[in-house]
Amino acid sequence: MNINLTLIGQSITFAIFVWFCLKFVWPPIMGALEARKKQIADGLAAAERGAHEKELAEKKATQRLQEAKGQAQDILAQAQKRANEIVDEAKGAAKAEGDRIITAAQAEIEQEVNRMKEQMREQVVAIAMQGAEKILKREVDQSAHNDALKELASQI
Amino acid sequence: MSEQLTSTAYIKHHLQNWTYGLNPETNSWGFAHNAAEAKSMGFMAIHVDTMFWSILLGAIFLWVFRSVAKKAEAGVPTGVQNFVEMIVEFIDSSVRGSFTAKNDLVAPLALTVFCWIFLWNFMDLIPVDWLPATAGWVGQTFFDMNPHHVYFKVVPSTDPNATFGLALSVFFLTIWYGLKNKGVGGFTAELTMMPFQSNNKVVQALFIPVNFLLEFVSLIAKPISLALRLFGNMYAGEMIFILIALMFSAGATMAVFGGVLQLGWAIFHILIVTLQAFIFMTLTIVYMDMAHHEH
Repeated sequence: MNINLTLIGQSITFAIFVWFCLKFVWPPIMGALEARKKQIADGLAAAERGAHEKELAEKKATQRLQEAKGQAQDILAQAQKRANEIVDEAKGAAKAEGDRIITAAQAEIEQEVNRMKEQMREQVVAIAMQGAEKILKREVDQSAHNDALKELASQI
Repeated sequence: MSEQLTSTAYIKHHLQNWTYGLNPETNSWGFAHNAAEAKSMGFMAIHVDTMFWSILLGAIFLWVFRSVAKKAEAGVPTGVQNFVEMIVEFIDSSVRGSFTAKNDLVAPLALTVFCWIFLWNFMDLIPVDWLPATAGWVGQTFFDMNPHHVYFKVVPSTDPNATFGLALSVFFLTIWYGLKNKGVGGFTAELTMMPFQSNNKVVQALFIPVNFLLEFVSLIAKPISLALRLFGNMYAGEMIFILIALMFSAGATMAVFGGVLQLGWAIFHILIVTLQAFIFMTLTIVYMDMAHHEH
């Protein structure tokens, strides 16, 4: 247990080891640790950001959905309204057409009636002429009595 | 072992370093053959075993840490990188906890102190006879030496040269940084103007020698206590292992008892091994911190 040169040898060795540690061991390891710490912090921050973004996107999606629903409602209402209009229009048109057809038919009927009346009048005149001829047993001057006959026919 | 081996001789043999030095009688450099010869060499001698083991252990420590440092990256750490990072983080948090100034040297210094001393102390857990007996056998077989003259102490921290070498290095560092940070005036004032202070200039002048006496003793006590605490603990531990080892040659019952004792002491010693390394490191940090601050 003598104090001797070993003391100095140990001190020199120690100095060299500390220097080596200071230069080549401590900085790279601490660098890696710091870098990892930063990576983890960045990762956590990114995750938080992602979560926030997701929340925002969800909110936005809900809003869009609401909007779309509203629009659909509007479109539906418009369509309903338009359909009603169309039906009403059709109803009006149909009614007008019907009226027109009825009017035309009535006019035609009237015309026919008038035509038939005329015919029948003429026939009645003819029959009456024949009857009168027979009764008078002589020929009636048709042209002389035409006005009288016509007047008679119109009274029938 | 030899026939004239007594307990005293066994213990003495275990406590003698392998010494290379300047023999005053022959005035030539060589290995000491016995304790008296080693003693006569005085300061001009070197403990080959202490140097060998401390450099080997330090090299192992630096090699492991360097190999990790070279490929250290921020990704997921595996295996030995985990282990090394655990130690580095432990040292880093200790330094952050006790050292408040800015000095890049302190953390690597603390790491080296802790790991190196831990490995020194750890050698104490290798059964006391294994390495010395191996050395004796090598000496006898290959170098034709008397195995009793082959001294091989494997625990560097049981050599006061090693512990004082560390403690004095730390001491000089604290003085260097003390002078650098406080200036010669501040450093001297710390030694002479405390703890007794007075507003009266004459009284203050009278206080200076008293203050210096007190402060100088406490200054010197730091490296001495640092070195002797480590040395004392490890030396005592080693001594108990040696005493337990003596029981192995005292019959079967004693040998079994000794085995149990050795196991118990070794388990307890794991605590001391780590604790002493930790204390040395913490005090190193604290002394360095004191060198950076007025107090």
